[in-house]
Amino acid sequence: MKKLLVFLMMAVMACSMMLAGCGGDKKEEKKAEPAKVLRVGTEPAFAPFEFPKEGSKELTGFDIELIQAIGKQMGTKVEIAGMGFDALIPALNAGNIDAAIAGMTITEERKKAVTFSDPYYTSGLIVMVKKDNTAVKSVDDLKGKRIAAQIGTTGEMKARKVEGAKVTTFNTQDEAALELKNGGVDAVIGDLPVVEYFLTKGGDKFAMTVGEKMEAEQYGIAVKKDSKLAADINKAMAELKKNGEFDKIYKKWFGEKK
Amino acid sequence: MELNIDLMVNSLPLLIAGAGITVEITAMSVFLGLVIGCMVGIARLCNIKPIRYIANVYVDFIRGTPLLVQIFLVYFALPGIIGSRVDPFVAAISACSINSGAYIAEIFRAGIQSIDKGQMEAGRSLGMSWAQTMRYIIMPQAFKRIIPPLGNEFIAMLKDSSLVSVIGFEELTRRGQLIIARTYASFEIWMAVALVYLVMTFAVARFTGYLERRFDTK
Repeated sequence: MKKLLVFLMMAVMACSMMLAGCGGDKKEEKKAEPAKVLRVGTEPAFAPFEFPKEGSKELTGFDIELIQAIGKQMGTKVEIAGMGFDALIPALNAGNIDAAIAGMTITEERKKAVTFSDPYYTSGLIVMVKKDNTAVKSVDDLKGKRIAAQIGTTGEMKARKVEGAKVTTFNTQDEAALELKNGGVDAVIGDLPVVEYFLTKGGDKFAMTVGEKMEAEQYGIAVKKDSKLAADINKAMAELKKNGEFDKIYKKWFGEKK
Repeated sequence: MELNIDLMVNSLPLLIAGAGITVEITAMSVFLGLVIGCMVGIARLCNIKPIRYIANVYVDFIRGTPLLVQIFLVYFALPGIIGSRVDPFVAAISACSINSGAYIAEIFRAGIQSIDKGQMEAGRSLGMSWAQTMRYIIMPQAFKRIIPPLGNEFIAMLKDSSLVSVIGFEELTRRGQLIIARTYASFEIWMAVALVYLVMTFAVARFTGYLERRFDTK
């Protein structure tokens, strides 16, 4: 029994030392400029921008193919890590990832925390309601209603601006849609292309969009505040646009440019 | 790394309000869990086979699956089966109390089994029924012994209740996430959240200690 106790104590001490070691590494990591591998964070439940390939854990989508092309252009390997959308900017600031591509709209508030690349996609917000809902024709009819949105998104911010609305946040866009299906909310506010993709993939059985596209939004790739990486990404993206690679990827996911 | 102390302090009222909801979920879940656990714990020691069997299946199933999955099942999968929506509060409480019940059942079973068999035999030979002996002889003694593990379960549930944040329920952890989603100050807010949890678990631990001394017959 005593031997066991001694062993346990030693194990605990070893663990705490290892943890202390980890803390030390982090600081060094911060200083080192990431060169060979571009660590990219994304929120992997946002089709058609990023989502797992069917029957595989590998991610695909417009964002994923774009960042891989950018990485190729820059001559770096791209490593993609999935995390919550609300965790992306903190992860950038903590140095856990070098860049975030996740259908992230460039906003003034976010610009205070991170630096964005040039915009690569023009999006907007849309209201989604149940098919049998005839009361809601646009966002103006949502006053005092229950709205679901994905946490940390511009959809959530828009929902919070609706007078008297009760906003529920979910970790993914799919869960917000599921909440609408189950009748927990009257509407979902989300990014137009994602909502449209969701509807074409079977969501139209119970849901539809109403009203016009709101807030012309532009997606950008986020990097750590004032990082030089933004310039490199911009350069690579400009080259991709020039050589037609960008259009090829765009066409693959969205068809012809409107 | 510069620390934004103002932000930490400013977000505290919001977080503490969230902590109130955390306590509410935990207290209700552990209370309901106590009722379930007491019955299931005794059922697991029951001589009637079907009752014992059902109790065993319940404990095995609940203890063998993660609480997170149980919350998703109740909130997102159940409406598809029963055809109507489950209120988030009801979903949170039922998932947590059913989960807690399984652990508390084991605590009760262990407490009852820790009482010497002679106590039951003595009670029965004095002419008391099985239920009477259980109620007046075994349970009072067992209860004293299960106070520490019950306190433990309460603390565990207090922390595990953070999982209901996934259904958009705005308890302490979700409040923290929401503030971070707006301010991106993950370090400050998670520190503040951790601190609030720590204050709560510390208080529960002290209270359990007090109860232990209070019921100590020595």
